[in-house]
Amino acid sequence: MTIVDPIKESVVDPNLVNITINGKPVAARKGELIIAAADRTDDFIPRFCYHPRMSSVGMCRQCLVEVETPRGPMIVVSCMTPVVEGQIVRTTTDSVKKAQEGVLELLLANHPLDCPVCDKGGECPLQDQAFSHGPGESRFVEEKRHYEKPIAISDIVYLDRERCILCDRCTRFADEVAGDALITFTSRGNDTQVLTFPDEPFSSYFSGNTVQICPVGALTAKPYRFKARPWDLEQTESTCTSCSVGCRTVVQSSRDELVRYQGVDIDPVNWGWLCDRGRYNFESVNSPDRLTTPLVNTGTELAATSWSVALETTARMIRLALANNKNSVAILGGARGTNEDAFAWAMLADKLGIDQRDSQLGDGLSPEVFNLAQATIDETCAASTIILLAPDLKEELPVLYLRVRDAAQKRKSRIIEVSARDSGLTPHAWRTVGFEPGHQAQAVRDALSIPEMKEQLARGQVVVVVGRHNLAENEMFTLQALAEVFVAAPSVKVLPVLRRGNVRGAIAAGLTPQNNSGDAIDILNAAAAGKIDCLILLGADPMSDVPDSGLVQRAFTQVKNLISIDTMINDSNRNADVVLPAAAYGEKSGTTTNLEGRISNVAQKITPRGTSRPDWMIATELSISLGVDIGVSSLEDLNSKLVGAVAAFAPSIDAKSTHGDGMLMARETPVTISGDLSKAIDRNAYNLRLVVSRTMYDLAGSTVSSPSLAGIITDAAIFVNPLDLGRIGVAEGTNVRVGAEGTNIVIMIKSHNGVHRGTAWLPFNHTGVDIRPLLNISSDVVDVRIEPIK
Amino acid sequence: MSRLNETNTKSAREIIARYPRPKSALIPLLHLSQEQNGYITREAMQHLGELVGVTSAEVYGTATFYEMFKFEPVGKYLINICGTLSCALMGANELMHHAEKKLGVNAGGTTSDGMFTLAHAECQAACTEAPTLQVNYRYRLRVTPTDLDNLIDNLRDNKLKDEFPPHGVLAKVQQVIPADRAVGTKDPEDVNESPAWLDGKAAL
Repeated sequence: MTIVDPIKESVVDPNLVNITINGKPVAARKGELIIAAADRTDDFIPRFCYHPRMSSVGMCRQCLVEVETPRGPMIVVSCMTPVVEGQIVRTTTDSVKKAQEGVLELLLANHPLDCPVCDKGGECPLQDQAFSHGPGESRFVEEKRHYEKPIAISDIVYLDRERCILCDRCTRFADEVAGDALITFTSRGNDTQVLTFPDEPFSSYFSGNTVQICPVGALTAKPYRFKARPWDLEQTESTCTSCSVGCRTVVQSSRDELVRYQGVDIDPVNWGWLCDRGRYNFESVNSPDRLTTPLVNTGTELAATSWSVALETTARMIRLALANNKNSVAILGGARGTNEDAFAWAMLADKLGIDQRDSQLGDGLSPEVFNLAQATIDETCAASTIILLAPDLKEELPVLYLRVRDAAQKRKSRIIEVSARDSGLTPHAWRTVGFEPGHQAQAVRDALSIPEMKEQLARGQVVVVVGRHNLAENEMFTLQALAEVFVAAPSVKVLPVLRRGNVRGAIAAGLTPQNNSGDAIDILNAAAAGKIDCLILLGADPMSDVPDSGLVQRAFTQVKNLISIDTMINDSNRNADVVLPAAAYGEKSGTTTNLEGRISNVAQKITPRGTSRPDWMIATELSISLGVDIGVSSLEDLNSKLVGAVAAFAPSIDAKSTHGDGMLMARETPVTISGDLSKAIDRNAYNLRLVVSRTMYDLAGSTVSSPSLAGIITDAAIFVNPLDLGRIGVAEGTNVRVGAEGTNIVIMIKSHNGVHRGTAWLPFNHTGVDIRPLLNISSDVVDVRIEPIK
Repeated sequence: MSRLNETNTKSAREIIARYPRPKSALIPLLHLSQEQNGYITREAMQHLGELVGVTSAEVYGTATFYEMFKFEPVGKYLINICGTLSCALMGANELMHHAEKKLGVNAGGTTSDGMFTLAHAECQAACTEAPTLQVNYRYRLRVTPTDLDNLIDNLRDNKLKDEFPPHGVLAKVQQVIPADRAVGTKDPEDVNESPAWLDGKAAL
């Protein structure tokens, strides 16, 4: 509703509230807090507990200001007082100063003055505000309180209770934002302190955020403790590419080594939050295992060599293979690099006529999902209904989980979860539709035809979050279920969630099957049949990432020449013929594209290790060696070629536009999806149907080579419903034999209430037992028989 | 076993049903578990968290606010001797020393037979009757050292079991709330009419 002011004849915003702060008029919005309105002016109100992304609690009382009332000026807490029309606020009067100084003196009464040895010193809100708003001197001569110096409250986070000022930021974050209320105020009263439950660690996937928002040095994180002083840090804004959410970060380095990531608050994506994996896996960039020189296989070992030799060898291998047949060269990977990396390789592939390329590794969805009507993260979280047909967002796309959870918590959206297993969002789902893998299309059709569901879908915008939730299942089942959603809600928008940081950018840049050639699995099948002479791995580790390890094994034995461009040695390139060292995250610039198609910049902060180079540079040099120069002279040059050649990237023509919020890809006219409904064969009642999915901490290269995270990876186990456990007749924690189609593995069994009856859940890629022998990519679903070991 | 036993789990579910939000039942449930075990065990807190749908840390945070919830085993009889001004003037310190000698433990300690825990207490709000003490929060007034000796002997001989139930027991008779008074789990924001038993007499 708009109200037209008859005198001014202009449209007046009904939510506009005019207030005055220190004599200057400020336009505020109805319901806004004084401190939030003041943050848009030059008048800074000191604060410790207030955080714009969390509810206000008025805990620290530092933000006292003076407000004119009918009874004269009054001191109020500006983070708890909403604006009202005509309000007069003063933030610098003598009485405000006295009040703020008083609060600070009390906060400092028990705060140890160990700033010289405190990691927060130099960037500490308490230190800064003690200078700017404090009394300058303390009258407190008594003994301060003492607690045991930092105690580890999780594998990553340390808590120093002496420094804590009880602002409630970390506990509020854990409860409100992350939904892991594992830290809380205990012994409230004179001895109030933040603690976990005894012996239950603060094992939240988001624990690093509490360290970032702690206004003092009470919470510190292992990877950064005593690594640098804030005034020694250099920093640059970048985008995290650990997963495809694309959180905005600040990359900080000291002495040419990455030391810390901090979340940057941008509205459309991460709101300042990061997950712990994204925040701390920078350690892998500093890993001593990083490759520093090109390696060439001498027949007995991978030996260091020069770039010129390595490039010449690579070029010869590619030339030989192409001379044989243009279809005997294939490229896998590219989703971990930048858009420019992917485009340079796509250009090279174009020049050489290599059609067989795929940046997904058989664990994603057909790129046709990008041609459907697309939703952004914001549109998803503003939709009346969010249908989840996706992997467990908390495990795979943690910050998207925070956003969707927030939408459900604040009652903006209702979640209909379609899942074969309970996920992190199940407790927040309005309705949960369970199904047995292979039967989801039918389940979606049945569920969405219930009157209650129909009514909900008709309420407003529907967004479906779609991805591969189960690696032991053919992707067609997900696509068919998606088609059923389109039948029930034709105007639905899609948020595709595929794996790996820049998968969307890589596909758009051209690292996707060309001219109707096959996808990664077809490429591996062709290789296994001896049809691929030269296989190029572009930052890809199919041995770890492709669900069917048997297939990869067969493919690799048949391939004549295996070329790997990677940062480290992994299971896939251990026996490669050539390994070219690639520059890692933080060592190269460019742009990346997140799952919603947002193009934002990644920035170089440190020098690449040894002689490693960005992928695009390797492609350029290789093109020269091969005599098909792709004509790239610099990153800017490459970027302008990309923006000019690929319509999707056109909006990012101005390099500045990829900073901050970034720029959304150009969208084409959406098509719709339809599909026949098919069902997997019924399960034999003695068997359990397998659900295989990823968890946050698995054997991903960047996690394994980050010392702080490596210890968190758990051993592989198979999880079944407690009732099924009883039926199998084994005790929790014992080893069982799990068999499928002639293969079997021995693995520990555990019960889990979130696993549905008739199914078994195997987390993918964990330490200990390799579960992949059970996964056969050619079968639609995998049924396993679990037997006790006698 | 220090999770709630079967009977108490059943009572717990009844108590939870009285509140629109399950976690509102936490304090009564903590009492229930203290009544069962004599103190609040870790397993009990984890169990309560499961019952009302909060983390064990949240149960712990709530429970530790309250002085009367104990997290270490206490004796069957908790003797709190007031040490605040009126009682101190009337000989509370001497009384405490006497009790320490009699029981063979220092203030804050528990006798090896698990019968008694001796503790200092702040004002028990009976200054006119100083010095005072409480056994499991039940008063004894104008206590002399001889009174204390008799009290301890009688407690040990189980002669006062009707007056002083073991630590943790709140009431000798369990309160029963009619089932129709149970609000049942509801999101308070979804509640827009009064429960039936209120019969429109009061608005929510």
